[in-house]
Amino acid sequence: MSFWSFLSQNRSELLTLITQHLRLVVISTLLAALIGIPIGILLTRRQALRKPVLGIANVMQTIPSLALFGFLIPIPFIGGIGARTAIVALVVYALLPIIRNTVTGILGIDQNVHQAAVAMGMTARQILWQVELPLAASVILTGVRVALVISVGVTTIAAAVGAGGLGVYIFRGLRQYDNNLLLAGAIPAALMALAADSLLGLAERSFSVGAKRQKANRMLRRVARAIVIALLLLAVGFSFWHTRSRSRARGADTRLIVGSKDFTESVLLAEIVAQMLERRSVEVERLELGGNLPHDALLSGRIDLYPEYTGTAYTAILHHQPITDPRAVYEQVKQEYAARFGIEVGPPLGFENTFAILVRAADAARLNLKTISEVTPYASGWRAGFGQDFMSRADGYPGFAKAYDLQFAEQPHEMDLSLTYIALASGKVDLIAGNSTEGRIAALNLVQLEDDRHYFPPYQAVYMIRRDSIERVEVLREILSRLANRISTEEMRQLNYNVDAGKRPPSEVVREWLKRESL
Amino acid sequence: MAVATAQMSEPNSEVLVDFNNVTYSFDATGSPVISNLNLSVARGETLVLLGESGCGKTTTLKLTNRLLLPDSGEVLVEGRATTLWDPIRLRRRTGYVIQEGGLFPHFTVERNIGLVPKLDHWEPARIRARVHELLALVGLEPLTFAQRYPAELSGGQRQRVGVARALAAEPPLLLLDEPFGALDPLTRASLQQEFALLTKRLNKTSIFVTHDLHEALMLGSRIGLMKAGRLLLLETPADFLNSTNEYARAYLDTLQLHESGTNSPERRL
Repeated sequence: MSFWSFLSQNRSELLTLITQHLRLVVISTLLAALIGIPIGILLTRRQALRKPVLGIANVMQTIPSLALFGFLIPIPFIGGIGARTAIVALVVYALLPIIRNTVTGILGIDQNVHQAAVAMGMTARQILWQVELPLAASVILTGVRVALVISVGVTTIAAAVGAGGLGVYIFRGLRQYDNNLLLAGAIPAALMALAADSLLGLAERSFSVGAKRQKANRMLRRVARAIVIALLLLAVGFSFWHTRSRSRARGADTRLIVGSKDFTESVLLAEIVAQMLERRSVEVERLELGGNLPHDALLSGRIDLYPEYTGTAYTAILHHQPITDPRAVYEQVKQEYAARFGIEVGPPLGFENTFAILVRAADAARLNLKTISEVTPYASGWRAGFGQDFMSRADGYPGFAKAYDLQFAEQPHEMDLSLTYIALASGKVDLIAGNSTEGRIAALNLVQLEDDRHYFPPYQAVYMIRRDSIERVEVLREILSRLANRISTEEMRQLNYNVDAGKRPPSEVVREWLKRESL
Repeated sequence: MAVATAQMSEPNSEVLVDFNNVTYSFDATGSPVISNLNLSVARGETLVLLGESGCGKTTTLKLTNRLLLPDSGEVLVEGRATTLWDPIRLRRRTGYVIQEGGLFPHFTVERNIGLVPKLDHWEPARIRARVHELLALVGLEPLTFAQRYPAELSGGQRQRVGVARALAAEPPLLLLDEPFGALDPLTRASLQQEFALLTKRLNKTSIFVTHDLHEALMLGSRIGLMKAGRLLLLETPADFLNSTNEYARAYLDTLQLHESGTNSPERRL
């Protein structure tokens, strides 16, 4: 599909994402200016506070954005899932340049001018509004401009906490190895950054003292100022109108929010339940979240259910040492989730998505490799690439390397999971830990090696559902029992493949499958 | 040596500013910037404070319009101690001119000059008329200069605007802190002459700070010589020229050296 036809087909979704993005950026930058400029002014009055406050703002900005979003989720009132969390994080990032430039701008005013203002008998308030702020305006605006450009960028990550925006396309594009999606997310974001930068640049020049020299400039200056203000108002107004019109459409108590993790399979499994619910006249909202966020969102009631894997629940959430018996893992998870979280674990869906150790088919054929233990002698000449998840979890890399006595040529590359397949296929690495249901395994000519020492724990796919949600929406129980043991590994691989390689929308793939299975 | 002024105990309408035993230091531990200063400024006179940088002459100005408050002693303006004045009111009644003018770069000449009248809520038409009157007074064509920004002016023009701004609300007192210090010698000489005429014509009271003896002799009705926070001498220019004070003589020696050695415009003195 060409980029242009992709754009025209997804025009309305793209528009929604751009609006969300713009709204997050504008609201957070305005808030940051409303908070940052007064703080900056205060710091010019209280020298003792200057160093510590700027230090804190500085440190906050060095926190990696994804980590900051992570910190915020469990915090009541300002945290959680969605736009609010994103705005809090964005404000945190935007504060530093605004505070710093306010301080620099005001302290940078010619001492003679300041002294003259005091000696003329101006009050502190008059000095602030008539002398300090006008003279510092262009420097302060530079700070706002930097903040705005930073916000446009960081907002792409806000998609990970379910705040929407162009990051949704970028994350999805990375996952599905789909350049159309990537570009459709990245290009508008880049254009937005450029537009914000040049618009504010214009405003900044209009405020600078030098511009006042040319009378001819005055008209232009007024026009530029009017345009900037009009655009800001428009953006805010439009986004509020947009949100209002959306929230008005919401129904009452039979509405469910189906969460998913941010990879294709999870999205597909969520879509399956979502469509089955919709056929039974239940209103559904879908929410895609990164990392272990769905679990937190489920606990906090932000979502009602999401697909999970027993092994992940057992090790990453309940923090048990990995064991290999699928039945024992399932029972243990079910029991502990009910007791600890009040969450029900649905029946297994019939397939496992375990770690699949993958190599190129050509290597496997040349070296006659079938099992992981056969790799051990070659490992010292190989490079490995693993997702962040695999590197850190209890059943991940450290134990894996020990179980198979693997010593790679260099420290394994830690990268985005969806990129490891491409890295392997293109020869950048020689071994990866993928997912057994990954649709691209066959397409990219990769081979899964057998876990002959039974290192990896079982990862049966199940739905995690809030107990109160089941009580509220009765049909959920029926849907869960109908899906029990319904999806085989091969089927899941095919569904994944249709989305990842076939570049078809998950909703369409799921609709077809439901029809075929007469669900 | 004796300080030339008498102590004033009762308000005297002839005295506008009166320093009584004023001491001031920047911090509690350091040596005082001003020590036991006694000084009276009579209405209508131009009192010049002469001295090297750091001798306390600028601090004396700042004590006058309550930019600073004395550690001990008191400064009376119009018979009332500065500690009892509302600082904003006092400053609006006191014109202040500093080096380079201290003009607001984002205000036109008109807005700069009209600042204090505007703060005092004058009618716009009255402000405008006053600004034009003052521009003419300081030798700037109102129609040419009113709408310009400070960056569009020469150093001398900026200084003229600075003087006009200080005069705008007809303050009884002018404070001038080396107003002509940054100008080239020719411009400085002509501004000095015009200022001398202006103060005479307007019968203004001013305290004028400088480190330039020529300027002091030319403009001052009295000259106060300061050193290390103390007032050494307070004389009329004629008496100053004949002073036997060692420090004053040192100043006068430079004058003679200067006059015999160069051909500067100050020769006119």
